[in-house]
Amino acid sequence: MNATANRTIKVDTLARVEGEGALYIKMAGDRVADVKLRIYEPPRMFEAFLRGRHFSEVADITSRICGICPIAYQMSAVHAIERALGIKIDPRVRLLRRLFYCGEWIESHALHVYMLHAPDFLGYQDVIAMAKDHREVVEKALRLKKAGNRIVQLLGGREIHPISAAVGGFHKTPSKSQLKELVGELEWALEASIEAVRWTSTLQFPDFEQDYEFVALRHPEEYPFNEGRLVSNRGLDIDAAEYEDRFAELHVKHSNALHSVLRGRGSYHVGPLARFNLNFDKLPQVAQEAATQAGLRPPVKNLFRSIVVRAVELVFACAEALRVIATYEPPAAPGVEAPTRPGVGQAITEAPRGILYHRYAVNEDGLIVTAKIVPPTSQNQKRIEDDLREYAAHLVAWPLDEATWKCEQAVRCYDPCISCATHFLKVVIERE
Amino acid sequence: MSSEARTAKKSRSKGKPKIGVFKFASCDGCQLSLLDAEDELLGVVGAVDLAYFPEASRTMLKGPYDIGLVEGSITTVHDAERIQEVRRQCRTLITIGACATAGGIQALRNWKDVDEFIRVVYATPQYISTLRLSTPIAEHVPVDFELRGCPINKYQLIELITATLAGRKPNVPTYSTCIECKRKGNVCIAVARGIACLGPVTQAGCGALCPSYDRGCYGCFGPMESPNTASLTSQFRILGQSDEQISRAFRGFNAWAWPFRKASEECDRT
Repeated sequence: MNATANRTIKVDTLARVEGEGALYIKMAGDRVADVKLRIYEPPRMFEAFLRGRHFSEVADITSRICGICPIAYQMSAVHAIERALGIKIDPRVRLLRRLFYCGEWIESHALHVYMLHAPDFLGYQDVIAMAKDHREVVEKALRLKKAGNRIVQLLGGREIHPISAAVGGFHKTPSKSQLKELVGELEWALEASIEAVRWTSTLQFPDFEQDYEFVALRHPEEYPFNEGRLVSNRGLDIDAAEYEDRFAELHVKHSNALHSVLRGRGSYHVGPLARFNLNFDKLPQVAQEAATQAGLRPPVKNLFRSIVVRAVELVFACAEALRVIATYEPPAAPGVEAPTRPGVGQAITEAPRGILYHRYAVNEDGLIVTAKIVPPTSQNQKRIEDDLREYAAHLVAWPLDEATWKCEQAVRCYDPCISCATHFLKVVIERE
Repeated sequence: MSSEARTAKKSRSKGKPKIGVFKFASCDGCQLSLLDAEDELLGVVGAVDLAYFPEASRTMLKGPYDIGLVEGSITTVHDAERIQEVRRQCRTLITIGACATAGGIQALRNWKDVDEFIRVVYATPQYISTLRLSTPIAEHVPVDFELRGCPINKYQLIELITATLAGRKPNVPTYSTCIECKRKGNVCIAVARGIACLGPVTQAGCGALCPSYDRGCYGCFGPMESPNTASLTSQFRILGQSDEQISRAFRGFNAWAWPFRKASEECDRT
């Protein structure tokens, strides 16, 4: 008798993700009958209560969607509103915003690579248990994370929900000498990130490749943060203003987060793998070399290698931060004055987990009339379910607890932020 | 090492106080503050047993817990029941952050029609179940200490855990942001530049960040002890703020905290 037939993998509270969710996989023999990534994080309804708020408050409010990537929310918000109001920002402010985002990527990727995801590869329940055997690695991870947080703290006052981002620029910009103080630690962080690429590339990766449609921003000169066209490996090439024409959000019963699909095509993949595959040529040489030495060449289609790609993006973010600091000249004014006039604006920026879309309509009093926010995790949610449908089929012969852990690990490859998508993850695998 | 000590070392939680971290409606930022304490984290986990902290670990040990840290507000029937069980499991219950202590930004629904809100966000409203109000934890169960902030200050959190374990009163001031601002030597932006600032009525804890970054305080740490909101409202009017603007200023991340709620509703009435 096949001891593994007809069972359910279930994880009621999926750990090491941000927010509350559950995973439910029903197996009938060697067939996967059903997969549900159930997000039960309570809805907070930002898009509704943003109406009637002043455009100057939006960045502060939307940052509260996510404690891990508040800067992403601030950046998509201010860029969308700037577009609605027709504001051109100072190029020096633009550079400073790239530096701000570098800080968030370093902090968020270091947290995910070492503290949330590496324990899966090494067989630990958490980073605390991992620290008992790999104390040096964990100490380095914490120092790296702190290097990113120091950027955020300097530019934004604090790590979580920083307070300096504003429509038109910043409330206050740092002096050259303040930025220079970051250089020593960032040079260390760059070396540590190169080591992170090497270290993550020695982990064991399940053999699991999918033919994804990767979607990311692409900019003519840079690895993307705040600007660029939205492109895919299957010919998508659009401006942010066309996003809603090409993407749809579906409301499914088992989730408090909406599922995004490419109209007529289905699920797609956003985040580090998508950015890397679509923008490898825009990575600085030091990041390209680290990737190549780790055996990564685009297109990387193995979901589990996303941990190495995240480490490559750590190299990029450290190098980019150093580049910005080296060329930084403080802008004449921290920001440009925002006019009060009606308008509609859209923006897409690259949150650590992938593209984040915002649209706002502003009225003649500067108040928000409508708001739309599509976070990266809701864009990946359908893709996560599609992956699990494929991946769970590989695990039919595995003991249930190990299969469950593997499925959790697969979900964590997306660094899902359920607080964003409404907002912790529970996995259930059922075998009939 | 004696054999007894060896046994103690082997047992995961022997002798160490057990801490549980529980999440309700929130952004995860306040519990992340613990992981953001990069220099202190390994020290903290050496001193306590993080027995239930799903954001960081797959191990989820059953209660009871010595300390429960609760993040988030109550917005669903399920959560209103779950907080009762969390309270039963925790010897000391500490709420962390503006959502848990005041209902959070999602309490803005409390002045609106929640069904209309759901229709704005979700295509199939009947899939969503939520309460009409977003409420702080203390409206549901007795709370031993409330740590304010949106987000909380990580050093205050470590002080609070340390004090609780030592059985002493935590050193968390309840005076206003103005005191912190003066200590930093900032020139008052409200007086010198006429910027509307909630500093005079907001509890200290952030280090007077906003005024230090050339903008008015927007009240993340909620009302200080005995705030004079009426006086600040008059001052805001003198600065040329409309009642709508003043109402919005009080109606932020701590909107449902009673003094701020009252101040915003008074502006709505005028």
